[in-house]
Amino acid sequence: MTDILMPALSPTMEEGILAKWHVKVGDTVNAGDVIAEIETDKATMEVEAVDEGVVEAILIEAGTEGVKVNTPIARLAGEGGSAAPAPQKAPEAPKAEAPKAEAAPAPKAEAPKAAPVAASSGDRIKASPLARRLADINKLDLKAVKGSGPRGRIIKRDIDEALKSGTGKAGAASASTPAAEPRKAQSLEQLGIAPGSYDLVPLDGMRKVIARRLTDSFRDIPHFPLTVDIELDNLLAARAKINSALEAQGIKVSVNDIVIKAVAQALKQVPEANASFTPEGIALHHNADIAMAVAIDGGLITPIVRKAETKSLSQIAKETKDLAARARDRKLKPEEFQGGTFSVSNLGMFGIKQFASIINEPQGCILSVGAGEQRPVVRHGQLAVATVMTVTLTCDHRVVDGSIGAKYITALKSLLEDPIKLLA
Amino acid sequence: MSYDLVVIGSGPGGYEGAIRASQNGLKVAIVERELLGGICLNWGCIPTKALLKSAEVYDKVNHLGDYGLKAEKAGFDFTKIVERSRAVAKQLNGGVGYLMKKNKIDVIEGFATLEAGKDAPKVRVKLNKGGEQVLEPKNVMLAVGARAREIPAIGAVSDGERIWTYRNALTPTALPKTMVVIGSGAIGIEFASFYTSLGADVTVIEALDRILPVEDQEVSAEAKKAFEKRGIKFRTGAKVTKLEKSKDSVTVNLEVGGKSEALKADVAIVAVGIVANTENLGLEKLGVELDRGHVKNDSHGKTNVKGLFAIGDCAGPPWLAHKASHEAVHAADYMAGKKLSNLNPPIPGCTYATPEVASVGITEQAAKEQKLDVKIGRFPFKANGKAIAAGEPGGFVKVIFDKKTGALLGAHMIGANVTEMVQGFCLAITMEATEEDLQGTIFPHPTMSEAILEASLDADGKMINL
Repeated sequence: MTDILMPALSPTMEEGILAKWHVKVGDTVNAGDVIAEIETDKATMEVEAVDEGVVEAILIEAGTEGVKVNTPIARLAGEGGSAAPAPQKAPEAPKAEAPKAEAAPAPKAEAPKAAPVAASSGDRIKASPLARRLADINKLDLKAVKGSGPRGRIIKRDIDEALKSGTGKAGAASASTPAAEPRKAQSLEQLGIAPGSYDLVPLDGMRKVIARRLTDSFRDIPHFPLTVDIELDNLLAARAKINSALEAQGIKVSVNDIVIKAVAQALKQVPEANASFTPEGIALHHNADIAMAVAIDGGLITPIVRKAETKSLSQIAKETKDLAARARDRKLKPEEFQGGTFSVSNLGMFGIKQFASIINEPQGCILSVGAGEQRPVVRHGQLAVATVMTVTLTCDHRVVDGSIGAKYITALKSLLEDPIKLLA
Repeated sequence: MSYDLVVIGSGPGGYEGAIRASQNGLKVAIVERELLGGICLNWGCIPTKALLKSAEVYDKVNHLGDYGLKAEKAGFDFTKIVERSRAVAKQLNGGVGYLMKKNKIDVIEGFATLEAGKDAPKVRVKLNKGGEQVLEPKNVMLAVGARAREIPAIGAVSDGERIWTYRNALTPTALPKTMVVIGSGAIGIEFASFYTSLGADVTVIEALDRILPVEDQEVSAEAKKAFEKRGIKFRTGAKVTKLEKSKDSVTVNLEVGGKSEALKADVAIVAVGIVANTENLGLEKLGVELDRGHVKNDSHGKTNVKGLFAIGDCAGPPWLAHKASHEAVHAADYMAGKKLSNLNPPIPGCTYATPEVASVGITEQAAKEQKLDVKIGRFPFKANGKAIAAGEPGGFVKVIFDKKTGALLGAHMIGANVTEMVQGFCLAITMEATEEDLQGTIFPHPTMSEAILEASLDADGKMINL
């Protein structure tokens, strides 16, 4: 008998919505069969069976929210497995553990719906006295240890396992290092907004992640913006030529595609800007993996154009089109939206002139691109008209100092104002 | 009727597993060949406690002077003592019947055998009322328990007259004047304690070098001293070679230290362990894996046969009711796909003699064998105010902690009321308490439980009241 566990479909995933079952009790599944769909913080993804066997019990019903990673969601009967009880009865217990507001004291691990930040981050760590002592002796960070006791309590066995696997060792960069104490949120009522005077939209996984990650980033990262104007007339002329050349292939290169290409190429010129802060040192990335912010229903996601510095404009154009389309359908794979080294956010199409984005951790910089518009410019003491867009580079001061940011944005400006240099 | 679960055996394992399964929404039947509640309620834990209470009260009456009291002509009616014990058992047996009804569990009276089935083995029940019934449940839980071990080779076989097992010892028709108890485990010691209280001359024979051999050595030694003071005689390191019966006596031949000895008594009680009731159930044909007569199960109670679970005495030691209940409830949750607590708590053991013995976790000897670095604390009840006031100054509390981590590894107690106190240690181990937690807990004064605090302090040389 094998329990199928809620998979972690991305490193940041803590819980997800079990959106849909593709199998029912009694079905035989083979390794690789799609058995369920899970809505994560970023996307809806399919879960494939790893083992083969007969579905003996569905432990979490479709539509259940807040299913913690590693919770058993179904049980397969393999050889020697035993039959399940009446299947409609089985899901009762796990269902009761879903973080429904009315459910009695929610286990620690479950984020209550009202809290915008994952509950685990600020909560008191639940650990047995012996586990605490062992963690102390072995200099283990309890925050990095997953508890297997009642309601996620960390017990001796968890410490033993952490020691074996090396999780939580002091000094080791831990993906699960939680953020600082979250702000105590006052209720709307306390702030004078009458109950019933608003509709409450539940926080889905994506909203929770946006809230948590951007709060952490804006609060914890010392950031500053650098803004320049970039004249686009040469770029627009070049784009027209490129597009007429590519018309036969049905490819259309957007200004944004050229920006991505230029951003990547500028990073090759100023590699210090292609960097991430880690407690051990500054990581200088070998490739320019450019994440582009795509607005989707209910939030946003940042699919990545990998090694953009090595790709032609037509390649980039094809890729961004495909990525954006699949992002909107929430069909991206985790590796397609995780692990970029530099982000580009473009609100030009909404007519936004200028804005400063929030750092997308662990990237050192994010570029905010405003609308291209005709503006008066002064050339050789004369007024002239040019197509100009304003871009802002938000820098993580821990990695990118003002002079590096300035050097980078100047390099970028030079490439965009004279796009022939992109060929150099 | 199609059942999700058929439980075979209604002892403390079977009936509690059945109730939990029913709570989990499973349709459950329980098969019992004899009395609901099994050995524990009818022929074990409970009726012996009734007998021992009579004995304890009688002992107190015989020592009224110690408390400044006086009464004329203390005495007892042996038949009434046994009747009371039976009445207690009957009351609890009725209670299990009520619980089955309350939880909508069908009780099938008869003897079950297993046959190959689809989801789980088929259960064929030869009904006590005649005829048979065949059930094809989705799961089967084997909770058939065990019985007293007899050794025919040396004539250690119960005849209900001169040679008894626990079962005969519970329903004697007359009080024996002299008695030999073979085996000094909890069962042997409890009967020795009971019959001694009522005036029988009792000798206990133990093959190993100390009595209550599963307990900590210090507890064994203290117990032997206390029992000897009460008049119980012991032969340890003694091998029983032959039991010979005559019309009105039994002679137990033994060898102690190379010398032969013959003990003549009215009755001999055989208390040398147990045998699992795993015969004649069709297990061999089903291919159920056994280990010396016990069904092999995993940590969820699953056997090697699909849909077949086994719990309690029939699945191996320790042969204790609370172990059976715990396993059964766990298995019932497991088969319903429930989240399991997964804690693997230690199993306490109690002997309800005078004095009582209770323990949980490992002994000092086991710690040594496992090469654990430990610190040990002890506190005698003779330095405990409540024990002195109650006239129960015998015995002690001994605690064993891991030296480095402070983990509570074991606790051993002998004295009055210790069986009611050991649960504090059980909880502490399950919660993974350390010496600091025990030392920092406020124990009510005056209670005998303060000895737990003092013993914990003693482990760090911080004992206060001695």
